[in-house]
This record gives sequence, structure tokens and C-alpha cells, in this order.
Amino acid sequence: MLSAESLEKINREIAKYPADQKQSAVMSALAIAQDEKGWLATETMNFIAKYLEMPAIAVYEVATFYNMYNLKPLGKYKITVCTNLPCALSGGNVAADYLKQKLGIGFNETTADGLFTLKEGECMGACGDAPVLLVNNKRMCSFMSNDQIDQLLEELRK
Amino acid sequence: MTQPVQIILAGVDPAEPDNWRLRNYLKRDGYVALKKIIANKIPPEAIIEEVKKSALRGRGGAGFPTGLKWSFMPRQYEGDKYLVCNSDEGEPGTFKDRDIMQYNPHILIEGMLIAAYAMGVKTGYNYVHGEIWKTYERMEEAVEEARQAGFLGNKILGSDFSFQLYNHHGYGAYICGEETALLESIEGKKGQPRFKPPFPASFGLYGKPTTINNTETFASVPWIIRHGGEKYLQLGRPNNGGTKIFSVSGHVNKPGNYEVPLGTPFAELLEMAGGMRGGRKLKGCIPGGSSMPVLPGDVMMKTDMDYDSIAKAGSMLGSGAVIIMDDTTCMVKALERLSYFYYEESCGQCTPCREGTGWLYRIVNRIEHGKGRPEDLDLLDNLADNIQGRTICALGDAAAMPVRAMLQHFRDEFAYHIEHKKCMV
Repeated sequence: MLSAESLEKINREIAKYPADQKQSAVMSALAIAQDEKGWLATETMNFIAKYLEMPAIAVYEVATFYNMYNLKPLGKYKITVCTNLPCALSGGNVAADYLKQKLGIGFNETTADGLFTLKEGECMGACGDAPVLLVNNKRMCSFMSNDQIDQLLEELRK
Repeated sequence: MTQPVQIILAGVDPAEPDNWRLRNYLKRDGYVALKKIIANKIPPEAIIEEVKKSALRGRGGAGFPTGLKWSFMPRQYEGDKYLVCNSDEGEPGTFKDRDIMQYNPHILIEGMLIAAYAMGVKTGYNYVHGEIWKTYERMEEAVEEARQAGFLGNKILGSDFSFQLYNHHGYGAYICGEETALLESIEGKKGQPRFKPPFPASFGLYGKPTTINNTETFASVPWIIRHGGEKYLQLGRPNNGGTKIFSVSGHVNKPGNYEVPLGTPFAELLEMAGGMRGGRKLKGCIPGGSSMPVLPGDVMMKTDMDYDSIAKAGSMLGSGAVIIMDDTTCMVKALERLSYFYYEESCGQCTPCREGTGWLYRIVNRIEHGKGRPEDLDLLDNLADNIQGRTICALGDAAAMPVRAMLQHFRDEFAYHIEHKKCMV
């Protein structure tokens, strides 16, 4: 269900917690599974539930509570833009509008070629670097002027 | 003019990308405090006393005295106890813990080690904000460095003291910055805050005694042990010991983190941050993160940056996130965005917050879009009254306070929006 590499990563996470508290690794297990599969299908979550010896419903609860999990298939690149107040004061909305225009989509939409999904994000803890956006949860891009956005999109399209 | 100091942010230098490494931390007196404690077999109580003397107060938002918090941990407890670092930095405007972990991670590890020694704790977790993956990886690497060098693990530096530290990566939930929600999250559950009491010191992680401090709080501890609590206190002001990192964002020329002595005048902090962008006028400032009451520019310019001065001015120091707004800012639009945030991030557990944050947002939204009604301002006040103080955790208060403060200081602007169906700025 998950690759040996993913399972090894999950095992490393399980080892961080007391032996009878495997459930503590559920957040990272879901993140690792998402990295491999792109999104969290019910069968993926069921597999994690079995693997961590916890009820499936408890896994669904976690997956639906934290907003960086993808509960349906998205574009190859999920771009999350912070539009919260401190970022908005320094061009967060300008970046969001420019992305919408360049990609021809709104928030929570995916481009027809399946390459990009655009999301509106909440505070990423990088307000001094606004405009800030996040690519696939892991790559944070700072000071994203329109030029920088052009460069990023070009790089991702390659 | 006050100069920035570098205690916690020591070594932060974008031109020196390896400054975070253990070998460089050691050159900055790193792990000297830990070695001193172990070599001199300093009693745990003496460490807690020293921290009390320093008047170090929680840097995450609540400002609770750290030494006092540490003294709540049951000393004679036989079973497991836990130490947790709250690095789930998501309070809009705050980005200091990220820089501590990115550029000076060992100061956090050493601070946690000292705290663990003082409270007799063998296991710790550092809960890192979900959106900063690179910083999480940095912490993983730093912990591994410390482990290999014998600063973490069993029988540290040949003593009887053992401490294991693990990083836990969040995945996008503002509420997990609330300490009991964070514990639930480490336990692998939804991050919904717990009723208090019982407090974490008696029933914390996995039901065991637990102490939770903010990243910056832990990072302040090694200096206190090296130089003494008295000296740390003198860096700041009575009851407001030491230095504080202020994250300055918004309409300034040089947004960024500035570590200054507590009690530094706001005007000087603003100057350090390069002054107002475009030389414009300061309209308002949220001095402690988006949950804290906004203050008008003229009030801010007369205020000093410490817990007591900001409280006297009518707001709170909070996490030290200073959000600067110039005279082009529409306060209705600003509040609309903040209200949306709390509506989005409410965990849904308590009715006043779950329902109330949605009401607040929808009402401010209709005012912003020219559909406000004359009775809306009183309705907002009334709603805020019915949320604040009526929920399990402080998210309800955090949603209500910005609304009340905005209406208190900028009521005319809201009334103008309702009457003229447009903005006055």
C-alpha cells in the first residue's frame, strides 16, 4: 500500500513516542503517505489506521482537522498563498491576484493541464517575508513579486 | 537610541549559513551553561530560583512567569514527566521562533536541557509549525548533532542526567498553538483544547505531568544560567526581565525580527525597522500578534515595548508581533481579514466561538461590502461580549478582542462605511 521507503520513514516517526503511543505518529504518517500518493484516499487512511493500530475514524478525524492534508486529488503543484493581514499589508493579495490571472483559476481550483492547484492559506509564520507562498506544503517561497512568481511558474512547468 | 542586542538571535547572519551548526554554537559559549550545571552539580531548585529572579515571562503570548511555571511540576513524581516546546508559531505577525530554530537551534536544545534538568524530566518534544518544513528539517539535524556530541541522550556528559528530545511536525492548525490542543495533537488527535483544570503540570501529555514553554522562552534560559538571573533582569525592566524579539511586519521599510531590551520605546523599534514605508503616517499598530487589541498610532508612539507598558496603553505584548498599519489602511478591511482567520481556525468545540466567529466575519464582511446596517456596530459589540470569556480556550477571546478594539478606536470609520457604503481612506 505504501512504499518501503515511506514505511521506513513512518517507523522512524513511531520510534519517537512511547511504545504504547503509536497513534502519536499519525500526523507524520499521513504527511508521508501524502508525499507518496499526492492525496489521502480512504484506503490510504485505512492502511495507516491498521499500521498504527488505531480506529480508522480517528485517522479521518486528524486528516480532516489539519488543513495541509489533501483530501482529494489536486494538481501536481499545490500553491498556497498567505493572504492574512500582515501579508496583505505587504502585497499578499497582489500575489494571489497575479497567480489567479496567470493560471486562469480561482482559489481551490486546478488548471486544466492538471499542473497547478491554488489555495488561500493562513499564517505561515513568515510575515516579514511577504508575499509568501508554499509549494506542496514544503517549499516556502519568500518576497514573491510578480517577477518572482513568473520565474517560479516557469521553473515548475519544466 | 537603544541598540539591538543579540542573545537569542546570536549568530544570525545570512552571510554565514553554517552559524547554526554545533561547532559554531560552541564558539558562542554554547552548552557552557549546561556544562556548568553538570560540573558543579547545581541543585534543580537553584536553577528554578535563578529563572524566577530573572523575571523571564512566557514569550509565546500569555507572559506567565517561567520560573513559577517550572515550580508547579511535581518533584517527587515517580513516573514519566514531559517537557514540551511550543514552536507552533501561527499567530499572524509572528515569525521569531522560525528564525531561532533556523539560525540558532542549539540554543533551544540547551534551554530545554536545562529546563529538563531543573524539573527532573527525561523526555521532551518540540512541536514545529506545519508550514516551515525546512526549519523542521534543520531542527532534526541539530538534535542529531547534539545527540552525537553527547549533549542529548543517556548519561549526558558522564552525569546521571538523561534527556531525549524529539521534533514533532504540525500540519496546519492555528489552534495547536494553544498548549492543551498541542498536547492532544502530539497524542495523534484533533487539536481541540482541554478543559483546565487539571493543568498540564498535573495532567499533560499522555496524562503525565508536563511543562510547555515557547521556543523563545527556552532559548532565553542558557544566558540566564551563564550570567545570572539578576543580570538578565537588569537587561530589561523590573517585572519585565531581559530581551524580547519583536517581529515587525506591515508598512515598514525593513520588516524583520529585532531583539531589544524589554522597555525599548516603540518609536526606536520602528526606527530600527527602517521607519514607515514611503514616509507615511502611522495609523494603527497591533503590538502583540493579531489576537491583541489594536492601538492608534499616537498612543503607540508614546508606549514602551514591555508587558506592563503595553498593558497600560490598552493592549498586550502577546507574542511580540508588531503589525504596522499606515494611513492608507482600511480598518474595516483589516478587521474583515482577521475575523475570517478566527472563523476559519475555530476548532468548533465551543458554541460561542464556532458560531460567533462566523457571525463576526459575516457582519464585518457586509459592512466592508457596503451592505452594513446601522445596528451592526452594537451587534458586533454584543457578539464580542458573548464570545469573550465563554469558551474553553482563548481563541474565542482572540476573535473578540480585535473587534472590540477596532470599534473602540476606529468606530467612525466603520460608521462611515455603513452610511456611505464605501471606504473613507
